[in-house]
Amino acid sequence: MHEEPLVRWDWIGRNWPTIQGLLEDHVVMALVPIVIGLLVALPLGLAGVRWRWLYQPTVGLMNVIYSLPSLAVFIVLIPITGLATRTTVMIPLTFYAMAVLIPAVVDGLTSVPDHVRQSAVAMGFTPLRRLLQVELPIAVPVVLAGLRVAAVSSISLVSVGALVGRGGLGYLFIDGWQRQFYTPIIVGIVLVVALAAVADLLLVLAQRLLTPWSRARGSA
Amino acid sequence: MNWLIDFFGDSANWSGPDGIPTRLLEHLEFSGLSLLLAMLIALPLGLWIGHTGKGALFAILSANAARALPTLGLLVLIVLLMGVGTIIPVLIPLVALAIPPILVNTYEGIRGVDPDLRDAAYGMGLRGGQVLGRVLVPVALPLILLGLRIAAIQVVSTAAVAAYVGLGGFGRYIVDGLATKDFPRTIGGAVLVALLALIVQLGFGLVQRFTVSAGVSQRQSIR
Repeated sequence: MHEEPLVRWDWIGRNWPTIQGLLEDHVVMALVPIVIGLLVALPLGLAGVRWRWLYQPTVGLMNVIYSLPSLAVFIVLIPITGLATRTTVMIPLTFYAMAVLIPAVVDGLTSVPDHVRQSAVAMGFTPLRRLLQVELPIAVPVVLAGLRVAAVSSISLVSVGALVGRGGLGYLFIDGWQRQFYTPIIVGIVLVVALAAVADLLLVLAQRLLTPWSRARGSA
Repeated sequence: MNWLIDFFGDSANWSGPDGIPTRLLEHLEFSGLSLLLAMLIALPLGLWIGHTGKGALFAILSANAARALPTLGLLVLIVLLMGVGTIIPVLIPLVALAIPPILVNTYEGIRGVDPDLRDAAYGMGLRGGQVLGRVLVPVALPLILLGLRIAAIQVVSTAAVAAYVGLGGFGRYIVDGLATKDFPRTIGGAVLVALLALIVQLGFGLVQRFTVSAGVSQRQSIR
């Protein structure tokens, strides 16, 4: 094998506009499913806490969805959403996010101590106000732990979409493989991991801001 | 539905080197070996960290970083560097994928055991290792099994990617089908991977039913 450097910096410089475009595409395809997943998981999780009989079937269904391979779902969706569209990539990721977030919301809400709930009732809080000002804030750490897993996995999984023609930074893996060229692959891996680290850090910061009381107790 | 009948009804797909039984064995080989390696690394490490409390932050941080590693990118890079011929290139990204859920759930499971229970076990005269093996592990078992189940499902699902670099497994049908625009083949492969993942899911459900002590109730789930 000839001496090929692991990273060709000049290639990165010349192709930066393309890489930036792929990065933006990647962010959109990873972010939208997480946001939609959270918006759906909150009411479904609430319903699961209020009506316990609803919870087991919901979690069972989510487990089944979670075990469907992303590549397989992309392919089954192609006839409906088309090859190489963002929708094909985002639909399965939305369901994965829900599969992680619904149990997180339920666990978070059930972690609210009973005496806290009763104090809120005794102070005359309406159910809605109790939910918004007492129960949800206490649930934040558990929900955000789920959100961190969902975000990091989503960012990593988007790249599999490259096999069906749309995968943001995943395109760099296909490109590098086809040309037997390391640089794009390494750039892709580094950017995906960096993106996940930034998302994870932002969520940790969000948790600090949303739960100022937990810092005093020194919980992680 | 016609596509499925086209693929599964074709007797040529049920024998030979490209038949479903051969591809199933290949798929099970990648997934099984990767899961076994990940267990050998992550289970003892998780038990040790959970029991001693040492290195917890490091373990959680590196587990989250490993979760972010894109399997496809890692796979093509390793194959370019090492060449094909063995299945080692496909094992590395799959092991990296399987370690985080096993490690984090084992650690969280052991750490989450009620401290009173731990004190009681020491009070009864058990030593460190015995406390871990006889008290902490049985109590943490549901969470540990959940971690193993998540890891197994992800490995089985992702092993399909191996076909992209010319290796076997059910991914072969997906990749070859896409390349030749043979849609029944692609869908057939996708359905096979999904079925295998569901069977793994059910299998772990059964293992959980038979191994978890009846006194240990359902605990909070951590992924």
